Amino acid sequence: MKRFLSFFLMLTTVATIANAQSAQYQETMEQQIGEMYKNQQSGGLAQSANTFDRIAEAEKTQWLPYYYAAYCRVMQALDAQGSNAIDAFADQAEKSIEKAEALSKDNAEIACLKSLITTARINADPMTRGRKLSPVAARYLSDAKKYDAENPRIYLLEGQSLFYTPEQFGGSKVKAKEKFELSLKKFDAFKPASSLAPNWGKEYTESLLSKIGR
Amino acid sequence: MSPKLLSLLFLLVPAVLQAQTKISGKITDGKKQPLPGVNIYIKGTYDGASSAADGSYSFTTSAKGDQLLSATIVGYKPFEQTVNLGGTAINLNIMLKDAVNELKMVTISAGSFEASDDKKNTILQSLDIVTTGGANADIVAALKTLPGAQQVGDKEGLFVRGGTSYETQTFIDGMMVRNPFFSGMPDFAARGRFSPFLFKGTSFSSGGYSAQYGQGLSSALILESNDLPTRSSSSVGIMTIGGSLGFEQLAKDQKSAYTVEANYTNLLPYFKVFKTLRQPTTYPEIAGGSFSYRRKTSKTGMLKAYFYGNWSRFGYRSESLEYEGDEELFELKNYNVYSNITYRESLGKGWRMNAGISYSTNKDNLHMDTVMKNLEARVGSRSDLSQARLVFSKSLGAFSSLRVGGEYQYAVENTSYNQYQLDYDDNFGAGFIEADVYFTPKFVGRAGLRTEYTSLMDKVNLAPRVSMSYKLDDAGQVSLAYGEFYQKPEQQYLRQRNDLNYMRATHYIATYERRSVAYTLRTELFYKKYHDLIKTAPALNNDGTGYAQGVELFWRDKKTIKNGDYWISYSYLDTKRDYLNYPREVQPDFAAKHTASFVYKQFFSAISTNIGVTYSFATGRPYYNPNRPVAEFMRDRTRTFNTLGLTANYLTTVGKAFTVFVLSISNLAGQQQEYGYRYSSDGLRRSAVRPMTPSFFFVGMFMSFGVDRRQEVIDNN
Repeated sequence: MKRFLSFFLMLTTVATIANAQSAQYQETMEQQIGEMYKNQQSGGLAQSANTFDRIAEAEKTQWLPYYYAAYCRVMQALDAQGSNAIDAFADQAEKSIEKAEALSKDNAEIACLKSLITTARINADPMTRGRKLSPVAARYLSDAKKYDAENPRIYLLEGQSLFYTPEQFGGSKVKAKEKFELSLKKFDAFKPASSLAPNWGKEYTESLLSKIGR
Repeated sequence: MSPKLLSLLFLLVPAVLQAQTKISGKITDGKKQPLPGVNIYIKGTYDGASSAADGSYSFTTSAKGDQLLSATIVGYKPFEQTVNLGGTAINLNIMLKDAVNELKMVTISAGSFEASDDKKNTILQSLDIVTTGGANADIVAALKTLPGAQQVGDKEGLFVRGGTSYETQTFIDGMMVRNPFFSGMPDFAARGRFSPFLFKGTSFSSGGYSAQYGQGLSSALILESNDLPTRSSSSVGIMTIGGSLGFEQLAKDQKSAYTVEANYTNLLPYFKVFKTLRQPTTYPEIAGGSFSYRRKTSKTGMLKAYFYGNWSRFGYRSESLEYEGDEELFELKNYNVYSNITYRESLGKGWRMNAGISYSTNKDNLHMDTVMKNLEARVGSRSDLSQARLVFSKSLGAFSSLRVGGEYQYAVENTSYNQYQLDYDDNFGAGFIEADVYFTPKFVGRAGLRTEYTSLMDKVNLAPRVSMSYKLDDAGQVSLAYGEFYQKPEQQYLRQRNDLNYMRATHYIATYERRSVAYTLRTELFYKKYHDLIKTAPALNNDGTGYAQGVELFWRDKKTIKNGDYWISYSYLDTKRDYLNYPREVQPDFAAKHTASFVYKQFFSAISTNIGVTYSFATGRPYYNPNRPVAEFMRDRTRTFNTLGLTANYLTTVGKAFTVFVLSISNLAGQQQEYGYRYSSDGLRRSAVRPMTPSFFFVGMFMSFGVDRRQEVIDNN
């Protein structure tokens, strides 16, 4: 009986620790994701990226910390100047997103981010990279559609690419507007899978749309 | 379990949760400069911080006991140290060591210019070849704007540092290309056969190149073919001088692709409108096609097959120098096939393999006549080359590597002159071993040894090559190179005497360069000694000698002018040689003392047009005047050479197609160019060697339909 009791006790302790761990994960992530969106305005993304790296490495089985680490870095890449700096951020983002993908296959969010990383690389040197990498960025988005056609970020990114590509290279403000409007419709219907799941882009879509004018 | 123990456990749990340890300190780099943004944390926990702008950090952790403290940031070696966490504050200053990366590492660069998109910080990018003004998207024409290359317009190929064009060897994916140029006519330089769009990397070495390659006394042009495309597409090109069609299909799984391409060029309309130096009898006409297949056989394996076939003809009449009032006829037909299959794969444990086979055949049929005298001659020449190559490489440590490999070539050379026939074949084998050793990330040495054997001459050679580079700081590096280079004599001499020996050149090169994203400055000093060059008079033998020395400068600036980019190259060349029928060492007729190019490119985003302008200059070249005594052999000089070329690319969409309109003009200002003089055998009449047309221009429209996008449009409707 004593034996059974101690075994039982051990079992519950283990369960409690595991629960504590996941509670800590939930709590920290929620807090850090909020921090990150704030940091995005204030230029503190490097710090958030480091934090998500730490969480990712401690957890090892969760794709979201890797995803957010990649998100921070791709945002830094999009802000950076000079091809070496952009590539350095894109390289880091790619490493993280690949780890996320290894944990969560056929994920529309991950595919969207991969497309965004490719876009950052194009920005570093559009003249030489545009023709080669644009189809790659587009392909990630079509992959994302296959996994979850309801994800609003797909249409935001499609619209963004149409918006920033000069008309001569197949860009179009008219088509971009359609994509942004579709994206907003999807945003309205979109329910993040959890409180930690990616849920960015709506305001950005609205701001791009307002640049085109209604 | 005793109640005592149980209560102890309960007591302990909150204690564990409460006991926090504070860790703080400062992080610097190797030069004691503060490092911000370092991720410092206790491994396996969330506890950590990012270092601040002054390198300081501070955080608390609830972890206990011996734990790993880790500090990481890109560009530096990760730091790890065990710390004992027991509530006592820890102060730890950390110095992170520079990690070696591609950008910080020294690279072997003496003598070579590389254009690549894959590698970071190369001097040129693949696109530069296409946008160089007046180069007409010809690889060699673009490379002529780099230091070391001569502005020779009357013969095809690259004349590098006092070497003839025969001394430059072309390689595609490691394998020699026997006829990289279209068959030219006398005094009429032909283009390269291969489009710059086929290659992801182009490396032009003006000396001191790797032991992997041989049979080029002066220079190697190393081309690396494209890997898989990123999408399927079809393309149409319409030019004033012809057209092209292409189709590229990327498989659904994105692991294989094939490409089919056909092109046709006809200069009849052009030569009808613009006056030519000589009267065409057969207007230049070229028809060709290619097929390629590429397959990713595994994560690291790649199989590539490329087949190319081509037919061309050209003929003209001109006034006879030899027989006044008579006319000379010259007609040429050429057939060419080139194919190669290569396979590369990683073998594990740092070993990699590159294997390839190739077959090519080239047939020239010439018809020459002095019309009224009816001195007809029909010359046929055919060369076949089959080859196989196998190279293994092994990485040693982090960056050093070892390469070992061999190649075998079987060449058949057939020549006929009217009823006479002279053929030979040659079995040629070569082996090499070469190591790149990084003594430190800033100091690299390369040592290689190459040996070659030809059955025709029954001679073995042994060519050692050494180079080293040292990085002075983030941007600057110095390099030194030495090497022995051997080459078989040209076919026309080998077919007369097969007991000739290899020609040999010894290279010494010193380079200083500074390179950043925006600027490149490069200067090179070289000395090249020629041994055993071919003499044809008084007898055919290997008694020729020569040397070439000089200094070269290159400056490229991509930053100062917004959306603009320019480079300047200058070459000073002092060369003399005693070869062929030369009476002694003199400056040869293909070498100019001073050569300079100015290349400027500007992108006008408002009209999405890229304009490239190239100005090239060379001082006069010697030519042979038979009316002068032997003491004044090659005393005369041609006038200085000046040419201005322009290329404009207008990018747009036509319907669904991405379209580029190209306008390319060579010798825009119509400057009079002369490459030398030819004399009649009595020395009484002469004619200048000039281009067929003083300038040349073409307009083209190249449309590319992305199949993916077209599919997308269909799907959406």
